[in-house]
Amino acid sequence: MARKEAARKEQEYDDIPGTFVFDAERSLRGYGINMFCMSLMKDANRKAFKANEPEYLKQFKLTPEQTEAVLKRDYNRMLELGGNIYFTAKLGATDGHSFRHLAAVMTGSTQDDYAAMMLAGGRSAEGNRSKSGRRTTSILVGSAKPTSARPKAAKAGAGKSKSKSRSKARSKRG
Amino acid sequence: MAKIIAGVASSHVPAIGAAIDNKQTEEPYWKRVFSGFEKSKEWMEKAKPDVAIIVYNDHASAFSVEIVPTFALGCAAEFPPADEGWGPRPVPVVKGHPELASHIAQSVILDEFDLTICNKMEVDHGLTVPMNLLFGSPQEWPCPVIPLAVNVVLYPPPTAHRCYMLGKAIRKAVESYPEDLRVVVFGTGGMSHQISGPRAGLINSKFDKAFLDNLSKDPKKLTRISHLEFMREAGAEGIEMVMWLIMRGALDDKVEETYRFYTVPASNTAVGHIILEPKHRAAAKARKASGKSRRPAKMKRAAARAKTFVRRSK
Repeated sequence: MARKEAARKEQEYDDIPGTFVFDAERSLRGYGINMFCMSLMKDANRKAFKANEPEYLKQFKLTPEQTEAVLKRDYNRMLELGGNIYFTAKLGATDGHSFRHLAAVMTGSTQDDYAAMMLAGGRSAEGNRSKSGRRTTSILVGSAKPTSARPKAAKAGAGKSKSKSRSKARSKRG
Repeated sequence: MAKIIAGVASSHVPAIGAAIDNKQTEEPYWKRVFSGFEKSKEWMEKAKPDVAIIVYNDHASAFSVEIVPTFALGCAAEFPPADEGWGPRPVPVVKGHPELASHIAQSVILDEFDLTICNKMEVDHGLTVPMNLLFGSPQEWPCPVIPLAVNVVLYPPPTAHRCYMLGKAIRKAVESYPEDLRVVVFGTGGMSHQISGPRAGLINSKFDKAFLDNLSKDPKKLTRISHLEFMREAGAEGIEMVMWLIMRGALDDKVEETYRFYTVPASNTAVGHIILEPKHRAAAKARKASGKSRRPAKMKRAAARAKTFVRRSK
Protein backbone atom coordinates (compact mmCIF):
# COMPACT_ATOMS: atom_id res chain seq x y z
CA MET A 1 0.00 0.00 0.00
CA ALA A 2 1.55 3.23 -1.15
CA ARG A 3 0.04 5.25 1.65
CA LYS A 4 1.97 3.36 4.28
CA GLU A 5 5.25 3.87 2.47
CA ALA A 6 4.75 7.63 2.02
CA ALA A 7 7.07 9.88 4.01
CA ARG A 8 5.63 11.42 7.14
CA LYS A 9 4.21 14.90 6.73
CA GLU A 10 6.32 17.17 8.93
CA GLN A 11 4.41 18.59 11.89
CA GLU A 12 5.29 21.48 14.18
CA TYR A 13 5.51 19.12 17.17
CA ASP A 14 8.04 16.91 15.35
CA ASP A 15 10.53 19.54 16.52
CA ILE A 16 10.17 18.31 20.13
CA PRO A 17 13.19 16.06 20.75
CA GLY A 18 12.80 12.38 21.61
CA THR A 19 9.04 12.46 21.17
CA PHE A 20 6.72 10.57 18.82
CA VAL A 21 3.34 12.24 19.01
CA PHE A 22 0.58 9.68 18.47
CA ASP A 23 -1.35 11.61 15.86
CA ALA A 24 -3.79 10.67 13.08
CA GLU A 25 -1.04 9.62 10.70
CA ARG A 26 0.70 7.37 13.24
CA SER A 27 -2.61 6.00 14.47
CA LEU A 28 -3.54 4.98 10.93
CA ARG A 29 -0.16 3.43 10.33
CA GLY A 30 0.08 1.74 13.71
CA TYR A 31 -3.43 0.31 13.94
CA GLY A 32 -2.10 -3.26 13.64
CA ILE A 33 0.56 -2.78 16.34
CA ASN A 34 -1.95 -1.31 18.77
CA MET A 35 -4.60 -3.95 18.10
CA PHE A 36 -1.94 -6.63 18.56
CA CYS A 37 -0.98 -5.09 21.92
CA MET A 38 -4.65 -4.85 22.90
CA SER A 39 -5.06 -8.58 22.20
CA LEU A 40 -2.51 -9.23 24.95
CA MET A 41 -5.10 -8.23 27.54
CA LYS A 42 -6.30 -11.86 27.33
CA ASP A 43 -4.24 -14.57 28.94
CA ALA A 44 -4.89 -17.13 26.18
CA ASN A 45 -3.55 -14.65 23.62
CA ARG A 46 -0.47 -13.92 25.72
CA LYS A 47 0.30 -17.63 25.78
CA ALA A 48 -0.27 -18.02 22.03
CA PHE A 49 1.98 -15.05 21.32
CA LYS A 50 4.75 -16.36 23.57
CA ALA A 51 4.53 -19.83 21.98
CA ASN A 52 5.21 -18.54 18.46
CA GLU A 53 5.67 -14.80 18.13
CA PRO A 54 6.06 -14.40 14.33
CA GLU A 55 3.11 -16.71 13.68
CA TYR A 56 0.86 -14.88 16.16
CA LEU A 57 1.75 -11.49 14.65
CA LYS A 58 0.51 -12.59 11.21
CA GLN A 59 -3.10 -11.90 12.29
CA PHE A 60 -2.45 -8.19 12.57
CA LYS A 61 -1.28 -7.16 9.09
CA LEU A 62 1.91 -5.51 10.29
CA THR A 63 4.50 -4.20 7.83
CA PRO A 64 7.83 -6.09 7.87
CA GLU A 65 9.46 -3.20 9.76
CA GLN A 66 6.69 -3.18 12.36
CA THR A 67 7.03 -6.94 12.83
CA GLU A 68 10.77 -6.55 13.27
CA ALA A 69 10.33 -3.77 15.84
CA VAL A 70 7.92 -5.94 17.87
CA LEU A 71 10.11 -9.05 17.72
CA LYS A 72 13.19 -7.03 18.71
CA ARG A 73 11.24 -5.16 21.42
CA ASP A 74 12.48 -1.93 19.92
CA TYR A 75 10.05 0.31 21.79
CA ASN A 76 11.11 3.60 20.22
CA ARG A 77 10.78 2.15 16.73
CA MET A 78 7.30 0.85 17.60
CA LEU A 79 6.28 4.38 18.64
CA GLU A 80 7.79 5.80 15.47
CA LEU A 81 5.83 3.31 13.37
CA GLY A 82 2.52 4.14 14.99
CA GLY A 83 2.47 2.27 18.28
CA ASN A 84 1.18 4.11 21.32
CA ILE A 85 2.86 3.82 24.70
CA TYR A 86 -0.30 2.78 26.58
CA PHE A 87 -0.62 -0.11 24.12
CA THR A 88 3.04 -1.10 23.81
CA ALA A 89 3.25 -1.13 27.62
CA LYS A 90 0.97 -4.19 27.43
CA LEU A 91 3.68 -5.98 25.44
CA GLY A 92 6.17 -5.04 28.16
CA ALA A 93 3.81 -6.44 30.80
CA THR A 94 3.43 -9.65 28.78
CA ASP A 95 7.21 -10.04 28.94
CA GLY A 96 6.96 -9.55 32.70
CA HIS A 97 8.76 -6.21 32.59
CA SER A 98 8.02 -3.22 34.79
CA PHE A 99 7.41 0.15 33.22
CA ARG A 100 10.80 1.24 34.49
CA HIS A 101 12.37 -1.39 32.22
CA LEU A 102 10.57 0.10 29.22
CA ALA A 103 11.59 3.61 30.22
CA ALA A 104 15.22 2.52 30.49
CA VAL A 105 15.06 0.89 27.04
CA MET A 106 13.44 3.94 25.43
CA THR A 107 15.83 6.44 27.01
CA GLY A 108 18.96 4.33 26.43
CA SER A 109 19.59 4.22 30.16
CA THR A 110 19.72 1.61 32.90
CA GLN A 111 16.76 1.12 35.24
CA ASP A 112 18.81 2.35 38.20
CA ASP A 113 20.06 5.44 36.39
CA TYR A 114 16.56 6.23 35.16
CA ALA A 115 15.13 5.85 38.67
CA ALA A 116 17.91 8.04 40.08
CA MET A 117 17.18 10.72 37.48
CA MET A 118 13.50 10.73 38.45
CA LEU A 119 14.30 10.96 42.16
CA ALA A 120 16.58 13.90 41.45
CA GLY A 121 13.66 15.77 39.87
CA GLY A 122 13.39 14.17 36.44
CA ARG A 123 14.70 15.19 33.04
CA SER A 124 14.92 18.96 32.77
CA ALA A 125 13.05 20.79 30.05
CA GLU A 126 16.19 22.93 29.56
CA GLY A 127 17.86 21.87 26.34
CA ASN A 128 15.03 19.42 25.64
CA ARG A 129 12.51 21.72 24.02
CA SER A 130 13.54 21.91 20.38
CA LYS A 131 15.48 19.74 17.96
CA SER A 132 16.23 22.62 15.64
CA GLY A 133 17.29 24.83 18.54
CA ARG A 134 14.72 27.48 17.70
CA ARG A 135 13.48 29.95 20.29
CA THR A 136 10.42 28.52 21.98
CA THR A 137 7.71 30.43 23.73
CA SER A 138 5.42 29.50 26.57
CA ILE A 139 2.45 31.40 27.98
CA LEU A 140 3.29 30.07 31.42
CA VAL A 141 7.07 30.05 31.67
CA GLY A 142 8.13 32.55 29.00
CA SER A 143 10.49 31.95 26.13
CA ALA A 144 13.54 29.75 26.07
CA LYS A 145 16.68 30.92 24.31
CA PRO A 146 17.54 29.29 21.02
CA THR A 147 20.11 26.54 21.33
CA SER A 148 21.69 26.14 17.95
CA ALA A 149 22.93 22.88 16.55
CA ARG A 150 26.02 24.90 15.61
CA PRO A 151 27.01 26.33 18.98
CA LYS A 152 29.94 28.43 17.71
CA ALA A 153 27.90 30.39 15.22
CA ALA A 154 25.16 30.88 17.78
CA LYS A 155 27.59 32.21 20.36
CA ALA A 156 29.11 34.66 17.90
CA GLY A 157 25.63 35.85 16.91
CA ALA A 158 24.49 36.22 20.48
CA GLY A 159 27.65 38.13 21.40
CA LYS A 160 27.12 40.62 18.62
CA SER A 161 23.55 41.38 19.47
CA LYS A 162 24.45 41.73 23.12
CA SER A 163 27.18 44.26 22.50
CA LYS A 164 24.89 46.18 20.19
CA SER A 165 22.15 46.43 22.74
CA ARG A 166 24.69 47.39 25.37
CA SER A 167 26.05 50.23 23.30
CA LYS A 168 22.52 51.34 22.55
CA ALA A 169 21.72 51.31 26.22
CA ARG A 170 24.85 53.33 26.93
CA SER A 171 24.05 55.94 24.33
CA LYS A 172 20.54 56.22 25.72
CA ARG A 173 21.89 56.77 29.18
CA GLY A 174 24.52 59.18 27.92
CA MET B 1 -31.30 22.84 42.76
CA ALA B 2 -28.01 20.97 42.50
CA LYS B 3 -24.84 22.99 42.93
CA ILE B 4 -21.11 22.57 42.55
CA ILE B 5 -19.46 23.04 45.94
CA ALA B 6 -15.81 22.52 45.01
CA GLY B 7 -13.27 21.46 42.43
CA VAL B 8 -10.50 18.99 43.09
CA ALA B 9 -7.56 18.15 40.84
CA SER B 10 -5.15 15.28 41.23
CA SER B 11 -2.66 13.24 39.25
CA HIS B 12 -3.73 9.66 38.52
CA VAL B 13 -0.43 7.79 38.30
CA PRO B 14 -0.98 3.99 37.99
CA ALA B 15 1.94 3.25 40.34
CA ILE B 16 0.05 5.10 43.11
CA GLY B 17 -2.75 2.58 42.67
CA ALA B 18 -0.27 -0.29 42.71
CA ALA B 19 1.29 1.07 45.93
CA ILE B 20 -2.17 1.12 47.56
CA ASP B 21 -3.08 -2.35 46.27
CA ASN B 22 0.27 -3.83 47.37
CA LYS B 23 0.14 -2.05 50.75
CA GLN B 24 3.33 -0.04 50.20
CA THR B 25 1.90 3.29 51.32
CA GLU B 26 4.07 3.39 54.45
CA GLU B 27 7.33 3.00 52.52
CA PRO B 28 9.27 6.29 52.59
CA TYR B 29 9.04 6.81 48.80
CA TRP B 30 5.27 6.44 48.84
CA LYS B 31 4.69 8.06 52.22
CA ARG B 32 6.01 11.30 50.71
CA VAL B 33 3.23 11.10 48.11
CA PHE B 34 0.36 9.89 50.31
CA SER B 35 1.07 12.29 53.18
CA GLY B 36 0.11 15.11 50.82
CA PHE B 37 -3.44 13.79 50.64
CA GLU B 38 -4.14 13.31 54.36
CA LYS B 39 -5.65 16.77 54.79
CA SER B 40 -7.58 16.35 51.56
CA LYS B 41 -9.24 13.19 52.81
CA GLU B 42 -10.29 15.05 55.98
CA TRP B 43 -11.60 17.88 53.83
CA MET B 44 -13.56 15.45 51.67
CA GLU B 45 -15.06 13.74 54.71
CA LYS B 46 -16.37 17.09 55.92
CA ALA B 47 -17.50 18.23 52.46
CA LYS B 48 -19.64 15.07 52.06
CA PRO B 49 -20.61 15.58 48.41
CA ASP B 50 -23.73 13.82 47.15
CA VAL B 51 -22.18 13.21 43.74
CA ALA B 52 -18.70 13.47 42.19
CA ILE B 53 -18.19 14.21 38.51
CA ILE B 54 -14.75 12.84 37.72
CA VAL B 55 -12.98 13.97 34.56
CA TYR B 56 -10.32 11.41 33.62
CA ASN B 57 -8.86 9.55 30.70
CA ASP B 58 -8.91 5.92 29.77
CA HIS B 59 -5.56 4.24 29.11
CA ALA B 60 -6.37 1.63 26.43
CA SER B 61 -8.68 -0.17 28.87
CA ALA B 62 -12.31 0.65 27.97
CA PHE B 63 -11.39 2.20 24.64
CA SER B 64 -8.76 0.78 22.29
CA VAL B 65 -7.95 2.37 18.94
CA GLU B 66 -11.23 1.02 17.54
CA ILE B 67 -13.38 3.74 19.11
CA VAL B 68 -11.91 7.02 20.37
CA PRO B 69 -14.55 9.39 21.74
CA THR B 70 -13.31 12.88 22.54
CA PHE B 71 -15.73 13.31 25.47
CA ALA B 72 -17.55 10.24 26.83
CA LEU B 73 -19.98 10.60 29.73
CA GLY B 74 -20.75 7.57 31.88
CA CYS B 75 -24.52 7.35 32.33
CA ALA B 76 -24.61 3.77 33.64
CA ALA B 77 -25.75 2.68 37.12
CA GLU B 78 -22.34 1.19 37.80
CA PHE B 79 -18.84 1.04 36.37
CA PRO B 80 -16.72 -2.05 37.11
CA PRO B 81 -12.95 -1.61 37.50
CA ALA B 82 -11.17 -2.65 34.28
CA ASP B 83 -8.58 -5.40 33.99
CA GLU B 84 -5.49 -3.42 32.97
CA GLY B 85 -3.36 -6.50 32.40
CA TRP B 86 -2.83 -7.66 35.98
CA GLY B 87 -6.45 -8.19 37.01
CA PRO B 88 -8.97 -5.49 37.97
CA ARG B 89 -7.89 -3.24 40.85
CA PRO B 90 -9.31 -4.50 44.18
CA VAL B 91 -11.52 -1.43 44.63
CA PRO B 92 -15.31 -1.26 45.00
CA VAL B 93 -17.47 -1.07 41.89
CA VAL B 94 -18.05 2.61 41.09
CA LYS B 95 -21.74 3.47 41.42
CA GLY B 96 -23.08 5.99 38.93
CA HIS B 97 -25.84 8.58 39.03
CA PRO B 98 -27.73 7.84 35.80
CA GLU B 99 -30.38 10.53 36.32
CA LEU B 100 -27.99 13.43 36.83
CA ALA B 101 -25.61 12.06 34.19
CA SER B 102 -28.36 11.85 31.57
CA HIS B 103 -29.53 15.32 32.51
CA ILE B 104 -25.99 16.66 32.03
CA ALA B 105 -25.64 14.84 28.69
CA GLN B 106 -28.88 16.31 27.39
CA SER B 107 -28.07 19.80 28.62
CA VAL B 108 -24.52 20.03 27.26
CA ILE B 109 -25.46 18.47 23.91
CA LEU B 110 -28.08 21.17 23.47
CA ASP B 111 -25.30 23.60 24.42
CA GLU B 112 -23.41 22.24 21.38
CA PHE B 113 -20.99 19.87 23.13
CA ASP B 114 -21.43 16.61 21.22
CA LEU B 115 -20.79 14.05 23.93
CA THR B 116 -20.65 10.31 23.54
CA ILE B 117 -22.94 8.57 26.01
CA CYS B 118 -21.68 5.39 27.65
CA ASN B 119 -24.32 3.17 29.21
CA LYS B 120 -21.75 0.45 29.72
CA MET B 121 -18.15 1.23 30.58
CA GLU B 122 -15.30 -0.16 32.63
CA VAL B 123 -13.08 2.33 34.44
CA ASP B 124 -9.32 2.14 34.93
CA HIS B 125 -6.75 3.67 37.28
CA GLY B 126 -7.33 7.08 35.70
CA LEU B 127 -10.61 7.22 37.62
CA THR B 128 -10.02 5.01 40.65
CA VAL B 129 -6.59 6.33 41.77
CA PRO B 130 -7.83 9.89 42.43
CA MET B 131 -10.85 8.36 44.21
CA ASN B 132 -8.48 6.46 46.54
CA LEU B 133 -6.46 9.61 47.15
CA LEU B 134 -9.52 11.64 48.16
CA PHE B 135 -11.85 8.99 49.61
CA GLY B 136 -9.28 6.51 50.98
CA SER B 137 -9.94 2.79 50.57
CA PRO B 138 -13.45 2.17 51.94
CA GLN B 139 -15.60 -0.95 51.46
CA GLU B 140 -18.01 1.13 49.38
CA TRP B 141 -17.32 4.49 47.75
CA PRO B 142 -18.99 7.26 49.77
CA CYS B 143 -20.93 8.78 46.86
CA PRO B 144 -22.10 8.08 43.32
CA VAL B 145 -19.71 9.09 40.54
CA ILE B 146 -20.28 10.37 37.02
CA PRO B 147 -17.20 9.53 34.95
CA LEU B 148 -16.32 11.85 32.08
CA ALA B 149 -13.65 10.22 29.92
CA VAL B 150 -11.62 12.59 27.74
CA ASN B 151 -9.42 11.45 24.88
CA VAL B 152 -5.86 12.56 25.58
CA VAL B 153 -4.23 9.49 24.01
CA LEU B 154 -4.80 10.11 20.29
CA TYR B 155 -3.59 13.54 19.20
CA PRO B 156 -5.25 15.99 19.23
CA PRO B 157 -7.14 16.01 22.52
CA PRO B 158 -9.76 18.74 22.87
CA THR B 159 -8.17 22.15 23.35
CA ALA B 160 -7.69 23.74 26.76
CA HIS B 161 -10.29 26.35 25.88
CA ARG B 162 -12.82 23.76 24.72
CA CYS B 163 -12.38 21.87 27.98
CA TYR B 164 -12.89 25.05 30.01
CA MET B 165 -16.07 25.85 28.09
CA LEU B 166 -17.37 22.29 28.58
CA GLY B 167 -16.85 22.82 32.30
CA LYS B 168 -19.06 25.89 32.12
CA ALA B 169 -21.74 23.94 30.26
CA ILE B 170 -21.59 21.19 32.90
CA ARG B 171 -22.05 23.78 35.63
CA LYS B 172 -25.11 25.15 33.86
CA ALA B 173 -26.47 21.60 33.55
CA VAL B 174 -25.88 20.80 37.22
CA GLU B 175 -27.53 24.04 38.33
CA SER B 176 -30.63 23.26 36.29
CA TYR B 177 -31.09 19.87 37.97
CA PRO B 178 -34.10 20.07 40.33
CA GLU B 179 -32.85 17.89 43.19
CA ASP B 180 -30.73 19.51 45.92
CA LEU B 181 -27.42 17.80 45.33
CA ARG B 182 -23.98 18.95 46.39
CA VAL B 183 -21.55 18.13 43.61
CA VAL B 184 -17.76 18.01 43.56
CA VAL B 185 -15.94 18.05 40.21
CA PHE B 186 -12.58 16.30 39.83
CA GLY B 187 -10.01 17.10 37.15
CA THR B 188 -7.37 14.36 36.98
CA GLY B 189 -4.11 13.50 35.22
CA GLY B 190 -0.84 15.37 34.87
CA MET B 191 1.12 17.15 35.95
CA SER B 192 4.28 17.29 33.83
CA HIS B 193 5.37 13.86 32.65
CA GLN B 194 6.46 12.00 29.58
CA ILE B 195 6.45 8.22 29.53
CA SER B 196 7.16 7.67 25.83
CA GLY B 197 10.28 7.86 23.69
CA PRO B 198 13.85 8.97 24.40
CA ARG B 199 12.66 12.12 26.24
CA ALA B 200 10.74 10.01 28.82
CA GLY B 201 11.20 11.27 32.38
CA LEU B 202 10.68 14.93 31.54
CA ILE B 203 9.48 17.02 34.49
CA ASN B 204 8.89 20.78 34.49
CA SER B 205 8.12 21.98 38.00
CA LYS B 206 8.24 25.64 36.96
CA PHE B 207 5.45 25.03 34.45
CA ASP B 208 3.44 22.96 36.94
CA LYS B 209 3.65 25.59 39.66
CA ALA B 210 2.62 28.35 37.28
CA PHE B 211 -0.30 26.16 36.20
CA LEU B 212 -1.38 25.62 39.83
CA ASP B 213 -1.05 29.35 40.59
CA ASN B 214 -3.16 30.36 37.64
CA LEU B 215 -6.02 28.00 38.42
CA SER B 216 -7.18 30.61 40.94
CA LYS B 217 -5.26 33.67 39.69
CA ASP B 218 -5.98 33.68 35.97
CA PRO B 219 -7.63 30.51 34.63
CA LYS B 220 -8.33 32.16 31.28
CA LYS B 221 -4.58 32.36 30.71
CA LEU B 222 -4.45 28.57 31.01
CA THR B 223 -7.10 28.20 28.32
CA ARG B 224 -4.68 29.79 25.84
CA ILE B 225 -1.98 27.14 26.30
CA SER B 226 -1.53 25.34 22.98
CA HIS B 227 -1.07 21.59 22.64
CA LEU B 228 2.45 22.28 21.36
CA GLU B 229 3.25 24.19 24.56
CA PHE B 230 1.82 21.47 26.81
CA MET B 231 3.86 18.77 25.07
CA ARG B 232 7.04 20.79 24.78
CA GLU B 233 7.02 22.16 28.33
CA ALA B 234 5.17 19.49 30.33
CA GLY B 235 5.96 16.35 28.32
CA ALA B 236 4.00 14.44 25.68
CA GLU B 237 1.68 13.00 28.33
CA GLY B 238 1.55 16.25 30.31
CA ILE B 239 -1.13 17.28 27.83
CA GLU B 240 -3.52 15.49 30.22
CA MET B 241 -3.70 18.76 32.13
CA VAL B 242 -6.40 19.98 29.72
CA MET B 243 -8.72 17.83 31.84
CA TRP B 244 -8.12 20.03 34.87
CA LEU B 245 -9.65 22.88 32.91
CA ILE B 246 -13.02 21.12 32.65
CA MET B 247 -13.05 21.08 36.45
CA ARG B 248 -11.96 24.72 36.56
CA GLY B 249 -14.60 25.80 34.05
CA ALA B 250 -17.29 24.23 36.23
CA LEU B 251 -16.44 26.53 39.16
CA ASP B 252 -17.15 30.20 39.87
CA ASP B 253 -14.96 32.69 38.00
CA LYS B 254 -13.40 33.63 41.35
CA VAL B 255 -12.28 30.81 43.59
CA GLU B 256 -10.22 30.36 46.70
CA GLU B 257 -7.40 27.85 46.85
CA THR B 258 -8.18 25.71 49.91
CA TYR B 259 -5.28 23.30 49.62
CA ARG B 260 -2.35 22.43 47.38
CA PHE B 261 0.22 19.65 47.24
CA TYR B 262 3.05 19.02 44.79
CA THR B 263 5.81 16.44 44.80
CA VAL B 264 8.25 14.88 42.32
CA PRO B 265 8.20 12.04 41.44
CA ALA B 266 5.66 9.27 41.63
CA SER B 267 7.17 6.84 39.19
CA ASN B 268 7.53 9.00 36.02
CA THR B 269 5.25 11.82 37.02
CA ALA B 270 5.07 15.12 38.89
CA VAL B 271 2.19 14.73 41.33
CA GLY B 272 -0.01 17.79 41.64
CA HIS B 273 -3.12 18.26 43.70
CA ILE B 274 -5.34 21.23 44.46
CA ILE B 275 -8.71 21.95 46.09
CA LEU B 276 -10.61 25.01 44.92
CA GLU B 277 -13.78 26.39 46.50
CA PRO B 278 -16.08 29.27 45.68
CA LYS B 279 -14.91 32.38 47.55
CA HIS B 280 -17.94 32.77 49.82
CA ARG B 281 -17.78 29.12 50.85
CA ALA B 282 -14.09 29.27 51.72
CA ALA B 283 -14.67 32.50 53.67
CA ALA B 284 -17.56 30.99 55.63
CA LYS B 285 -15.40 28.03 56.53
CA ALA B 286 -12.56 30.26 57.70
CA ARG B 287 -14.98 32.21 59.89
CA LYS B 288 -16.27 28.99 61.35
CA ALA B 289 -12.74 27.77 62.01
CA SER B 290 -11.73 31.00 63.76
CA GLY B 291 -14.82 30.79 65.96
CA LYS B 292 -16.33 34.04 64.72
CA SER B 293 -19.96 33.89 63.79
CA ARG B 294 -21.32 35.39 60.64
CA ARG B 295 -23.50 37.87 62.48
CA PRO B 296 -20.94 40.40 63.69
CA ALA B 297 -19.48 40.65 60.19
CA LYS B 298 -22.92 41.30 58.80
CA MET B 299 -23.60 43.89 61.48
CA LYS B 300 -20.27 45.55 60.80
CA ARG B 301 -21.13 45.77 57.12
CA ALA B 302 -24.53 47.24 57.98
CA ALA B 303 -22.86 49.76 60.24
CA ALA B 304 -20.42 50.69 57.51
CA ARG B 305 -23.27 51.15 55.07
CA ALA B 306 -25.11 53.37 57.51
CA LYS B 307 -21.98 55.49 57.91
CA THR B 308 -21.59 55.90 54.17
CA PHE B 309 -25.20 56.81 53.89
CA VAL B 310 -24.81 59.47 56.53
CA ARG B 311 -21.71 60.87 54.85
CA ARG B 312 -23.37 60.92 51.46
CA SER B 313 -26.47 62.62 52.77
CA LYS B 314 -24.42 65.46 54.20
